[in-house]
Amino acid sequence: MTETATVATDDLKAWYEQILVIRGTEKAAFDLFMSGFVKGTTHLAAGHEAVAVGTSAALNKDDFVWATYRGHHHAMARGLSSEACLAELMSKRTGSSQGKGGSMHLTYAQGNMMGSYAIIGSHLPMAVGSAWSSVLRQSGQVSVAFFGDGATNIGAFHEAINLAAVWKLPVIFVCENNLYMEYTPISAVTAVEHPAADRAAAYSLPRIVIDGNDVLTVRDEVARAVAKARTGEGPSIIECMTYRHYGHSRTDPAKYRPEGELEQWLMRDPVKVLRGHLVEWGIPEGEIEQIEANAQRIVTDAIEAAKNAPLSDPSEAFTDVWADGGSQWRN
Amino acid sequence: MAELITYRDAVSEGIAREMRRDPSVVCIGEDIGAAGGVFKTSQGLYDEFGPTRVWDTPISEQAIVGAAMGAAMSGVRPVAEIMFSDFLACCWDFIANEMPKVRYMTGGQVKVPLVVRTANGGGLGFGAQHSQAVENWALTVPGLVIAAPSTPADVVGLMASAIRSDDPVLFFEHKALFATKGEPAPEGHVVPFGQANVVRAGSDITLVGLAWSMPVIVEAAEQLASLGISSEVIDLRTLVPLDVATVLASVAKTSRILIVEENPFQGGWGGTLASIVADEGFYDLDAPVKRLAAASVPLPFATHLEDEVLPSVAKAVAIAVAMVND
Repeated sequence: MTETATVATDDLKAWYEQILVIRGTEKAAFDLFMSGFVKGTTHLAAGHEAVAVGTSAALNKDDFVWATYRGHHHAMARGLSSEACLAELMSKRTGSSQGKGGSMHLTYAQGNMMGSYAIIGSHLPMAVGSAWSSVLRQSGQVSVAFFGDGATNIGAFHEAINLAAVWKLPVIFVCENNLYMEYTPISAVTAVEHPAADRAAAYSLPRIVIDGNDVLTVRDEVARAVAKARTGEGPSIIECMTYRHYGHSRTDPAKYRPEGELEQWLMRDPVKVLRGHLVEWGIPEGEIEQIEANAQRIVTDAIEAAKNAPLSDPSEAFTDVWADGGSQWRN
Repeated sequence: MAELITYRDAVSEGIAREMRRDPSVVCIGEDIGAAGGVFKTSQGLYDEFGPTRVWDTPISEQAIVGAAMGAAMSGVRPVAEIMFSDFLACCWDFIANEMPKVRYMTGGQVKVPLVVRTANGGGLGFGAQHSQAVENWALTVPGLVIAAPSTPADVVGLMASAIRSDDPVLFFEHKALFATKGEPAPEGHVVPFGQANVVRAGSDITLVGLAWSMPVIVEAAEQLASLGISSEVIDLRTLVPLDVATVLASVAKTSRILIVEENPFQGGWGGTLASIVADEGFYDLDAPVKRLAAASVPLPFATHLEDEVLPSVAKAVAIAVAMVND
């Protein structure tokens, strides 16, 4: 609590706008899917936003971030616009990958947000790699890998953490434990209570479990891990308890959840929690409402712009395979 | 004539040249440091460049290739070793799903200047899980450069291209060629990708090979010559990019082609090349396109059984003679 007392009100307000824009974009993605503007699938992160915003608040601009297919919030927290996100979901020319990536592969490389990966756990060794690169280049950058509770039972998770711990690399593994591995309760398929934190001891790392729905809690814990990483003391694992408001993916109504569970978590909705902090910090109601109106306008404009943008050109299918920008594999 | 060097020494020589040239080149793999590699293909690198450039890892293929990929995407040029090519299956997600796709699915936002080197192929009696020729696995995945040199000079020249490339490269070194000798590579030697090497000119039949099958078809061409048959011998050097033009130009001259490949016939790379020749070279052909590949069985341990399965000079000669005489 002493550390959160140092938060500048301007930062609080900026994080509130950010969390609202992400929430609004997730809602828009859901609605646009239902009305046929978005194809394929989406894995919405509504409910998880505090993990993204709180972590981002503890990072420098040039730190590396790696995300999963449930990654809209992480790309946006590092600078991807709501418009570029929605346009990508709608296969538009203005999308972040011109329609070649889609919802599951949002990337914002200019903010060192190195991509969203849809093979569970695959990006964890990659985050170890960007941390290794920082050591080799002596750049002082840290790397963050976000992942779900379900990733903790896959080999790449363990291989990544072991190597990071052995080499004392500046990487932070941030688990979003939303209680469900797709449709199955994580507790039903995991031998420990806390799927990430309870494995930390195997790699001589401390067990850390925090409230993932509070931006300030997340920011403080990640800031500690960042300080540790930047001074060469190696990796951290932080397990953030959170909850997804929608189902696993677009087609999942999440009927497997016990009655009342969602409602209980909605009372701790990260947007609500952060708004509470603004009130606590004495920010006037009028100012808070202005932030809310502003965020709403950003999302509304983004939806319009994305809808009005042209589809990406068909020739785009044959670009960006190779470094020369093309796709030729033979002469 | 300069002193000949081994294919094995050419591997470490090729890497060392690039490490001297570019401080962002680093090596990562199992036992590659002080131990010099289980095949001694990284001998001397640790002594010359030290532990900040040559990193020993646990037995952890996903961590090796995944970390190398993440580093490649963030400002360094890693050369990762997977000890035996069979073990690529342990990190196949990275080879098939990550390295070749990330530039594409990010709309060109990131690049992967990464080399994954591996000891490929049979002939040494290592049994079914340490002997496969798996270059055809890689050929099923768009987005990977596939290099497989057959001579020490090509090892050095293709290694230079691989390490300087901004694309991910799978670099197949052949276990059974490590002890073979050839001309050393001149200073600054670079072999561009996608340029097949016509190692012998001929007029009756084109023999196409890669890596280990090169000495097989070179010897076959010798024996065919003694039977009055003139062979043109082509070393593809890289499967991707594939130098189809050199092969088609040769077929236009010889009107016959025999493709000799070490990977199994079932799904082997020769099938792709044969389909192109059958399509685009059809009117030049006087005989069906033929492939000599390994039998479609796991590679056995015993030498006499391995000989049954793998292509050989005698098998190649017999097929070529039948093609020319028919």
